Amino acid sequence: MQLYLPIAEVSVSIFVLLGIGGVVGILSGLFGVGGGFLITPLLFFIGIPPPVAVATGANQVVASSISGVLAHLKRRTVDFVMGGVLLAGGLVGSAGGILIFNHLQKIGQIDLVVQLSYVVFLGIIGLLMFQESLRALLRAKRTTGRVKRHQHLWVHRLPLKMKFRTSGLYISVIPPLLVGVLVGVLAAIMGVGGGFIMVPAMIYLLGMPTKVVVGTSLFQIMFVTAFTTFMHAVTNYSVDILLAVVLIVGGVIGAQIGTRMGARLKAEQLRILLAVVVLAVCGKLVADLTVQPSELYSIGYRGSGR
Amino acid sequence: MIRRLLLALALIGPLAVQAEEQIVSGLSQTRVSITANFDGSEILVFGAVKREAPPPGGALQVIITVEGPHAPVDVRKKSRYAGIWINTEAVEVDAAPSFYAIATTARLFSILSHTEDLRHRISIPNGIRSVGAPPEVEDAARFTDALIRLRTGEGLYRADEEFVAFAQDTLFQTAFRLPANLTEGNYEIRIFLTRDKQVIDTHAKLLQVRKVGLERFLFRLAHDQPMIYGVLSLVIALVAGWLASAVFRFIRS
Repeated sequence: MQLYLPIAEVSVSIFVLLGIGGVVGILSGLFGVGGGFLITPLLFFIGIPPPVAVATGANQVVASSISGVLAHLKRRTVDFVMGGVLLAGGLVGSAGGILIFNHLQKIGQIDLVVQLSYVVFLGIIGLLMFQESLRALLRAKRTTGRVKRHQHLWVHRLPLKMKFRTSGLYISVIPPLLVGVLVGVLAAIMGVGGGFIMVPAMIYLLGMPTKVVVGTSLFQIMFVTAFTTFMHAVTNYSVDILLAVVLIVGGVIGAQIGTRMGARLKAEQLRILLAVVVLAVCGKLVADLTVQPSELYSIGYRGSGR
Repeated sequence: MIRRLLLALALIGPLAVQAEEQIVSGLSQTRVSITANFDGSEILVFGAVKREAPPPGGALQVIITVEGPHAPVDVRKKSRYAGIWINTEAVEVDAAPSFYAIATTARLFSILSHTEDLRHRISIPNGIRSVGAPPEVEDAARFTDALIRLRTGEGLYRADEEFVAFAQDTLFQTAFRLPANLTEGNYEIRIFLTRDKQVIDTHAKLLQVRKVGLERFLFRLAHDQPMIYGVLSLVIALVAGWLASAVFRFIRS
């Protein structure tokens, strides 16, 4: 059954869309990742225009983070002060990212920049995960060099110190602000939540306790992607509600299947599987960029008239 | 006075001769509705040649075109730069129809002179206009060729020669397939009657392609009230995300 998407203005099989949402949902259920970093490139592959794929991807992240945020609020594992600082940076980054996005679209390089960003980030994450899970599989020596929480990094010498009570930190607001800005830019240009950057940064750079990291990052992600979706809708008219709804439905069903599958599989196998998926998507993007295309010409639609 | 009348007659004369054979036509539908499950449509164009006197010598031929709304587009060309293929050149095509199809009774240029083609803009290359090629692009013509090639590949531009059925120099009919990736707007259907490669009568009809229902509502809201649309997309995402997890929690417990 074909579904005509009113904003993307293409007709796509509804089962393909449900499948994409479902596969990404399964992954997020299995691995606890948002999946935004897979949904957007998969939408490119089926012919959704990149601006619509990015904006709608951001919208889908809003939907997939709300239930997590509510659960963490109930458990009181959200550091609102830290979340607020990260969010302030995120809003600035997202607004800047939207400006960059619109400019690149005008000069016809948005596809390239979005694809290159994906190649870089998926490549790094895929390789790191692959290496780590391979090491776990081979049962190498357990050299778990645990990061001490209260070590004195350069981070702690910066000015503008602030008290983050829930996290038990007294650090400068500059690092969390910058992390927020980076995540905001990524949200606007790539349509991702950015948890894969933010979570490690919160643990290793800011030294936050692991227990509040996930809730606080989800809190920031939900508001930043919501703001990004809204900005894309207002400046580019590129959010496709129909596409988003189908992806959300597929994603929710997939997440339930994924959670159940996850209970039966081993963690190391799971992680190597995810690494392979991420590297495969990255490889396809690299091939698209480096192999001489059979058609050198393409049609770009200008401005927001469409 | 009489001289003036004669002059007027002399002026009207050729027109009267031209209109001796006239097209009357109809469409199977004058509206195409793009619904959520729209996957293309077929439109039937039919008609007859009305004449007051027996036809003069020479075979009569029919050309029918369907033309979608015009919009400016950028045609971009990739070249290799530091190992990756990126868009390096662009040519602006001022007006290219989003859809263009031709159906004829015989091979196009065996029934139409190039001068007449230029005058009436009938063949596909004459249907698009390009003025804004930047000076550093030398082969602007290749960009318009590429545009035609790309859109032909998507089924948006097509030429179906010898696809019009024409019976007894009077009744004609043909069918156009409209693809699923149609854009909305007013589509002009033109019918040309030719003899000896000259156009002797033309006739135009309008086909309205419109998004309807939910498709129309969402598209209009996104462009006319982007703020409301943006808020709506967030509310839907939040409600859907929350509802879905609540439903599954209920099922599991």
